[in-house]
Amino acid sequence: MDNIYSLTAHKLLEDKVDPSKIAISIAGRIKSVEPKVKALVRISHTMSTPGADMGKGRLAGIPILIKDNICIKGEETTCASRILAGFRPPYDATVIRKLKEAGASLIGKANMDEFAFGSSCETSCYGPTHNPWALDRIPGGSSGGSAAAVAADETILAIGSDTGGSIRQPAALCGVVGLKPTYGRVSRYGLIAFASSLDQIGPITKDVEDAALLLSIIAGYDEMDSTSVDIPVPDYKKSLIKDIKGLRVGVPKEYFIKGIDPEVEAATKKAIETLRDLGAKIVDISLPHTEYAVATYYIVGPAEASSNLARFDGVQYGLRAKDAKNIVDMYTRTRSEGFGGEAKRRILLGTYCLSTGYYDAYYLKAQKVRTKIREDFDAAFKSCDVIVTPTAPTPAFKIGEKADDPLSMYLSDIFTIPANMAGIPAISIPCGFSKDGLPIGLQIMAKPFDEETIFRAAYTFEQSTDHHTKKPKL
Amino acid sequence: MLVSPLPLKNIAGCGNLYFMKEIDKKTVQHVAHLARLEFDESQLELYSTQLASILSYIDKLNEVDTASTQPTSHPLASLKNVFRKDALKPSISPDEALSSAPSKDNGFFVVPPVIEGK
Repeated sequence: MDNIYSLTAHKLLEDKVDPSKIAISIAGRIKSVEPKVKALVRISHTMSTPGADMGKGRLAGIPILIKDNICIKGEETTCASRILAGFRPPYDATVIRKLKEAGASLIGKANMDEFAFGSSCETSCYGPTHNPWALDRIPGGSSGGSAAAVAADETILAIGSDTGGSIRQPAALCGVVGLKPTYGRVSRYGLIAFASSLDQIGPITKDVEDAALLLSIIAGYDEMDSTSVDIPVPDYKKSLIKDIKGLRVGVPKEYFIKGIDPEVEAATKKAIETLRDLGAKIVDISLPHTEYAVATYYIVGPAEASSNLARFDGVQYGLRAKDAKNIVDMYTRTRSEGFGGEAKRRILLGTYCLSTGYYDAYYLKAQKVRTKIREDFDAAFKSCDVIVTPTAPTPAFKIGEKADDPLSMYLSDIFTIPANMAGIPAISIPCGFSKDGLPIGLQIMAKPFDEETIFRAAYTFEQSTDHHTKKPKL
Repeated sequence: MLVSPLPLKNIAGCGNLYFMKEIDKKTVQHVAHLARLEFDESQLELYSTQLASILSYIDKLNEVDTASTQPTSHPLASLKNVFRKDALKPSISPDEALSSAPSKDNGFFVVPPVIEGK
């Protein structure tokens, strides 16, 4: 029999595996591989004493790891930033409340880029997480700890957040499944805000069925998040149909441009052929404003972030600089000591784009180009049901390789940003490996609130291939 | 399409492709002050170079004609203003709200002087 830690949530639930045995297996696995992977920033104090409630609920006793930007009552939550050191939220995020009600076992907090600013997990104040497939490489980001822990079997399930690809890109680079739901599908109450018009919480899992199971639990309207949408949550397990005959799969030419890694391009094209063999109808489409998505994102994202991060001023929580002369001095020194380099860069960029004389030229202009990007998708979905692309332009790069080159780092989100701009759902699933054994991800996007078609396409592909069954050697 | 956004290997390469903006250190210092951040000389130098290259890249948005385009502030056009019921509900206690405060006294946050005496 396989080790318990290597199994999926649906398998553990089907087999009614004893939650205490799951907890022991996961604790042992963390002990043995965490020193190499460094995916966790904190192990929950409840981990050692499995709760009495375990055994009840739809996720009874299933271990789940939470990205460190989501509030758990009484558990330190820092966004991997010095400025939030010691912050223990006085409330649970809505997704946490739902997971607790479902009986899940919250095992700890996952490493991430500071405030989710990054694509490599290198901007964390705790230091980098290592890709389980090649320890000298990055796991992707910003939900790099969540994706690496799932790939390394340190948890059964994980939760991430996605503002420009922060669930999908690390899922692709770690060879696991990551879904960014439709904007408004999952409540963000208790998610520490990065860019409020883009952020979504979503699942990172070992297979598509677990992603469907987890989304069914965390999705839904919440009066605490006025951007959550009040429409019924389907039972996503019913979307797990191994049949895509007649499904119209759009392939945008703008995603196969010069500069894409040849092995990524080859794996994606092979995946498209597999979908065709499975009965899908492949449709050539165009998303003409794709090339402007990164530039748009690096105005909208930092502008909203600079505003959201104004609240970290040393008054209510976290770090406060010592011996300040007056309150402005205290704000300035707290923020200068507390934020890391990438956070400061984005705050500067965002503040610049919002400042007097530049607002129209930058923020307003970006919001207008964002409309163009949305309209591209509206038009494309007239002739297809899903859109299939690579998730990331390259496999995992080396730790340190892009650390001094912000723009090059920003471009690693080139294929994932458009879905956030348009608010549409998108998944990354494993679709192959490079010659060096690095995972490659396939992205599937659909219309707003049509996660069901994504699950159907992803499940059919996954069940017809074996990429998701491969494990890194640790 | 003149420029593929992908093969940019470094900032210098980017500068060759786009008209390079100049952001002087004084501007960075002004923006830093607005954001309540402070930097030493070498950091000002670094950020003025990096911001210039990022903003030069961002300038490619000027290629897009948006004269008759409405801005998107929210991706779901269907969402309208949301109001909650004006009803009393329990909220967290002052003690809980202050539980992570760096400095507090008797139900209040304590901060350094806002208006300094002479």
